[in-house]
Amino acid sequence: MWRVSGTLETQAEISAEINELDGKPGEQPRRDYPPYRSSLLRHPTKSLQYADPEEIELWAPCFGQRDVGAVEADLTIQHSGEPIGERIIVSGRIMDGDARPVAHQLVELWQANAGGRYIHKRDQHPAPLDPNFTGVGRCLTDADGTYRFTTIKPGPYPWRNHLNAWRPAHIHFSLFGTDFTQRLVTQMYFPGDPLFPLDPIYQSITDQKARDRLVAVYDHDLTMPEYATGYRWDVVLTGSHRTWTEEESS
Amino acid sequence: MTTPGQTVGPFFHDALPYADGGNLVPPGSAGAIRLHGHVYDGAGDPVPDALLEIWQPGPDGAIVQQAGSLRRDGWTFTGWGRAETDASGHYSFSTLRPGGPDAFFAVTVFARGLTDRLFTRAYLAEADNAFLAGIEPERRETLIAVPDEHGFVFDVRLQGDRETVFLSFPRHRSAD
Repeated sequence: MWRVSGTLETQAEISAEINELDGKPGEQPRRDYPPYRSSLLRHPTKSLQYADPEEIELWAPCFGQRDVGAVEADLTIQHSGEPIGERIIVSGRIMDGDARPVAHQLVELWQANAGGRYIHKRDQHPAPLDPNFTGVGRCLTDADGTYRFTTIKPGPYPWRNHLNAWRPAHIHFSLFGTDFTQRLVTQMYFPGDPLFPLDPIYQSITDQKARDRLVAVYDHDLTMPEYATGYRWDVVLTGSHRTWTEEESS
Repeated sequence: MTTPGQTVGPFFHDALPYADGGNLVPPGSAGAIRLHGHVYDGAGDPVPDALLEIWQPGPDGAIVQQAGSLRRDGWTFTGWGRAETDASGHYSFSTLRPGGPDAFFAVTVFARGLTDRLFTRAYLAEADNAFLAGIEPERRETLIAVPDEHGFVFDVRLQGDRETVFLSFPRHRSAD
């Protein structure tokens, strides 16, 4: 049974805090973002220390076909039956900050099922688990930096940040570049979600143009006839610190 | 323009951790050392839903470019590992000692409540370099892993008096 705590703030109170910070400059999420209550005791309060990368930080870990099975890119075929929900293709390119494709690199994702429920043991949302959907996938980018997953469109789900808090539907992504310094974990959203203005995680990026970059676009060229609709989401990592030869860049 | 980060959230455990993620080499094998510690929040409480990744050279100081981190064969040292914190906020890696002058483990920290990943370094000894010299002594010690019986202890404090020094690299700076 879903119980509502009397001590939680209302959406109106959280929205007022969100609106106060909205529009402040910054391409990255604010580390100190009080509307996201879990961040209060977990964000550094001191300035980040500027560092020039040492040799190890100019390189990223290497993954290969040994690490990732081809079946892991299709989240709809991991069990004996078909998962419930809207089948989708999610694909795009991973580029670095200098427009170089990030080739043959690991991409990981995880997400809720169509009902907004994670398989995670701590997810207590009373929506059904789907025995045919784990919601976890991996793939390697190709030489062009392109990744591609087949999955189910996740549902929005409630959380306890405040009273009646709901996360917009999203897919978590974990990405590597060619440098250690390019590591990125983020979330991809779906266009036109009415929960965007209400969500303190999405809104922790206070620059609208920057948070727009987390929203996939519907792409009819990715849509497969009588099979799945397609969403395109491209990723730009921070710039590489390495000195690239022409050969490496090509 | 760069794609922004977002929190890893509370539900990464079925996706990111994997068998032997923290065992870059089998525990107890020849040359294996332990790198472990706790992650704490600003109240000094352990963070039970954090995730750490380490990236390091081999004992000879050379950069490793070997696949196989996700499906370890027990013989190939890949230089990279991933470990989640347990209910007491503790994480643990079994690895080799990184070689080279001023050797350190490059560390990435993720957690529910942390809006974006953090980078830091776990140096094996107080090294004599310009980077460490440029940090005030009481903060510098947050970057030094402390020797213990099997290796080193490296605690991460996300906030507070002894807050860990976290790093920003030159190509991040438009994002600060």
